[in-house]
Amino acid sequence: MSSYDIVIIGGGPAGLAAAASAKRNGIDSILILERDSQLGGILNQCIHNGFGLHTFKEELTGPEYAKRFIDQVEELKIEYKLNTMVMDIADDKTITAMNRTDGLFKIEAKAIVLAMGCRERSRGALNIPGFRPAGVYSAGTAQRLVNIEGYMPGREVVILGSGDIGLIMARRMTLEGAKVKVVAELMPFSGGLKRNIVQCLDDFGIPLKLSHTVVDIRGKERLEGITLAEVDNHGKPIPGTEEDYTCDTLLLSCGLIPENELSRGIGVDMNAITSGPSVNESLETSIEGVFACGNVLHVHDLVDFVSEEAAAAGKNAAKYVQNNCTMGEAGKEIPIIATDGVRYTVPKTIHVNRMEDELVVRFRVGAVYKNSYITTYLNDKQIIHRKRPIMAPGEMEEIKLKKSELEAFGGLENITVKIEEA
Amino acid sequence: MDVRNLTCIGCPLGCALKVEMENGEVLSVSGNTCKRGDDYARKEVTHPTRIVTSTVAVTGGDIAMVSVKTQNDIPKEKIMDIMKSIEDIKVEAPVHIGDVIVANAADTGVNIIATKDIKKVG
Repeated sequence: MSSYDIVIIGGGPAGLAAAASAKRNGIDSILILERDSQLGGILNQCIHNGFGLHTFKEELTGPEYAKRFIDQVEELKIEYKLNTMVMDIADDKTITAMNRTDGLFKIEAKAIVLAMGCRERSRGALNIPGFRPAGVYSAGTAQRLVNIEGYMPGREVVILGSGDIGLIMARRMTLEGAKVKVVAELMPFSGGLKRNIVQCLDDFGIPLKLSHTVVDIRGKERLEGITLAEVDNHGKPIPGTEEDYTCDTLLLSCGLIPENELSRGIGVDMNAITSGPSVNESLETSIEGVFACGNVLHVHDLVDFVSEEAAAAGKNAAKYVQNNCTMGEAGKEIPIIATDGVRYTVPKTIHVNRMEDELVVRFRVGAVYKNSYITTYLNDKQIIHRKRPIMAPGEMEEIKLKKSELEAFGGLENITVKIEEA
Repeated sequence: MDVRNLTCIGCPLGCALKVEMENGEVLSVSGNTCKRGDDYARKEVTHPTRIVTSTVAVTGGDIAMVSVKTQNDIPKEKIMDIMKSIEDIKVEAPVHIGDVIVANAADTGVNIIATKDIKKVG
């Protein structure tokens, strides 16, 4: 059985940044396992621009952003295997994987970085009634068909869900000659960026119907049409508001879910809100030496933050290996309590002695807040009270905790992050 | 006097902007909460521009399509002309990031360039 110091599961933006960071922090024995035929993950099909403003101070397309990190991995001579599917990770960190050249094989790892990304919510998970004809795709599947494989899924399109991928695909399908009739959104607000509403819908006169959902799908072999209806504030369709649309394609852009079958297989503790592993300050899961970063941990809106988070995970994995497979003296594990509008935090716990001088804590809010404050307490003492003109569920927020401040605070039991309305 | 209503794209606040114009000149911008809204509204009503991204077919490559973009932003009303200019184009692998796929696309003075490396196979 071959063995590596660090094995990284997934060669998308998270895996690439974690690998480069682990190498720069002194680890030579690294392997990336990627199931696709190329590195870069989902960035390869995100051909639109707007990536990398934070990291590179310029707007790149997805493939260009990916290339910058693929180049680093190549220059650092980091090993990777493409077309390779990881089947299982045992709790002794033995990885079982398979591909066409090696068959089924096992790899031993001292540390593992989980970087499998996320998956789109499927029709099955949405419980849309109606027939099951061809022509119903997740927006990301359609994106792959158009941008990588060069196929148009259809000509008359309805899109359910106004997440960014759905909006981007509304424009993409329009540019390729399709007629996008409407984008329907169950919520009373769009989950997508304003920029995408304007440049992907308004630019092409595509209507956005808020508080609407698909209540019927028609067509036996091929999709022939759908019915939209308005929903009340509980998300229930209002009788009498039904409207029929003929279409040959329905795209679903209804949210992303971290892809954690492998994480569950090893038995790491999961966070019910993020659907990702619960991690501590080192982005380490409940199993020592198993780290997580990127969209497998929690769904991000900006790839820049994925790269940043993954670099931290790679660095911590390197530290773990160099420390003879321990993160050192554990010390007390302080929980971060997310409450009053803050849905979750990553990380969820902190060992103050192990944290970096400054630790970024990322979170999402549960509703739209205007002119409100992000506040943070050490026990009952307020240490952060920062005003934000606007916060929305679609935009990740962050606070920074200073090690010196936490160390100086005597008898720290917990840290609370919450929203205080003005 | 003409009135144009826009949504600001500067941040998630998405201010509803109202621009009053006369003979193509901006008289006033209202509804914005910051300077960015004012800048955006003035540019958007006088000369709106966009970066266009798309794909072009590749022969002999490891992937069927190569992603492309306009090297700079182009006038918004030229978006469909840009798409037309690459409609029937086929390039041969290998392709390198930054390669010019179409020069001076749709007479905009802007080149269309590749945004991905495509390896030659076989």
